[in-house]
Amino acid sequence: MDIKAGLLNNDKRAAARLISMMENGEPEAVQIIKECYNMTGHARIIGITGPPGVGKSTVTDKLAKQLRKEGKQVGIVAVDPTSPFTGGAILGDRVRMADLNNDPGVFIRSMGTRGALGGLSKAVHGAVKVLDILGMDYIFIETVGVGQSEIDIVKLADTVIMVMVPGLGDDIQAIKAGIMEIGDIFAVNKSDRDDAERTAAEIEAMLDFNRDEEYRPPVLNIIARDSKGIEKLLELVEKHWEYENRSGSYKKKKLNRVRAEIMDIFRDEVMKTLYSISENTNIINELAQKVMDKQMDPYSAADRLIDEFTNNQRNN
Amino acid sequence: MDRPIRVVVAKPGLDGHDRGAKVVARALRDAGMEVIYTGLRQTPEQIAETAIQEDADCVAMSILSGAHNHLFPKVVNLLREKGADDILVVGGGVIPEDDIPGLIEAGIAGIFTPGTPTSVTIDFIKNNIKRK
Repeated sequence: MDIKAGLLNNDKRAAARLISMMENGEPEAVQIIKECYNMTGHARIIGITGPPGVGKSTVTDKLAKQLRKEGKQVGIVAVDPTSPFTGGAILGDRVRMADLNNDPGVFIRSMGTRGALGGLSKAVHGAVKVLDILGMDYIFIETVGVGQSEIDIVKLADTVIMVMVPGLGDDIQAIKAGIMEIGDIFAVNKSDRDDAERTAAEIEAMLDFNRDEEYRPPVLNIIARDSKGIEKLLELVEKHWEYENRSGSYKKKKLNRVRAEIMDIFRDEVMKTLYSISENTNIINELAQKVMDKQMDPYSAADRLIDEFTNNQRNN
Repeated sequence: MDRPIRVVVAKPGLDGHDRGAKVVARALRDAGMEVIYTGLRQTPEQIAETAIQEDADCVAMSILSGAHNHLFPKVVNLLREKGADDILVVGGGVIPEDDIPGLIEAGIAGIFTPGTPTSVTIDFIKNNIKRK
């Protein structure tokens, strides 16, 4: 299969294969993305995050359906956790998006966190680029909602929707773990439950407390299951986008994002070289032994390794 | 092979019994595979499309309603039409012995009936996926 030709021909199979190749870190995939990089930048990227069980998949499903009514092409990258013990994963986000499976204007890809060094963020970056080249107008990234790598992924998005539900705990929960900082829009889902108004009010209060920027994230009560509040939620996404562009904050964000990406790729290459040094020579074992025997300290050992690394780069 | 094997576990047709599918999904996960679980009442078109978008190595379907002779081959044919005949298709559920040869003939690579140890299914998938 000629992947690049297929991709340019909007062949979903080729796109799907390319996403796997990016996920598996295959150099041919990177080459194709390099050649097609100029075609990226069309899609709007929307991050959907929040604690487990709040209805992120359902919210994504409903937003995607609303956008399909407007004739937009929609890509979805849905991330679920990989077991650190077996490397296996159950990727179940499609269960909530079953009617989208057959829509030719939708492409859904499930992804396990796989747990490799920064690997997930690279794989999601890759998938988003492929879907962008494929011509999607909107790309949703749905995350597991916990942990640092999630926050890194969400930083990929132009707009982040933080999904919450009533009754997840007291307002202290909301101060934890950077939740308030990463949301551009707060959606309180399952708002037919008791305390929905109070949860929204608590989030509002937290936002008053935290933010000093010009943009104040809106808080919206929704019931995604019944499609209640979905149109309004999309309006808020558009409003946020307008604000980002008007204020110049989008350009700043985008520049930061590209910076972070370059550093990620660089770090990855450095690690690869380091692994190959450790595979091809015995230097790391020797250094470790020296540190063990107190002939050296670990800091000097690392300096030695940096010398080795630089020499290695020079010789290549 | 460094990458995990990707398997779509699907329930085609109208029966609502997914215990078996879930047990298999869990077993495959514990064997280190990435299982894309689609949920109940999927059409063959939805299953084939999911397998393509997910770049699956294998589609594993479960039917308890008796519609296997109709639905299993349909998925195989749709994958062929979409140029995805390198995706391994296996089936399970309540399937009479007499139906198995016909299903194999139609392109379902393996049929696993109740009582099959999950290790048999796992080994079959590991040994028969077409892409390394």
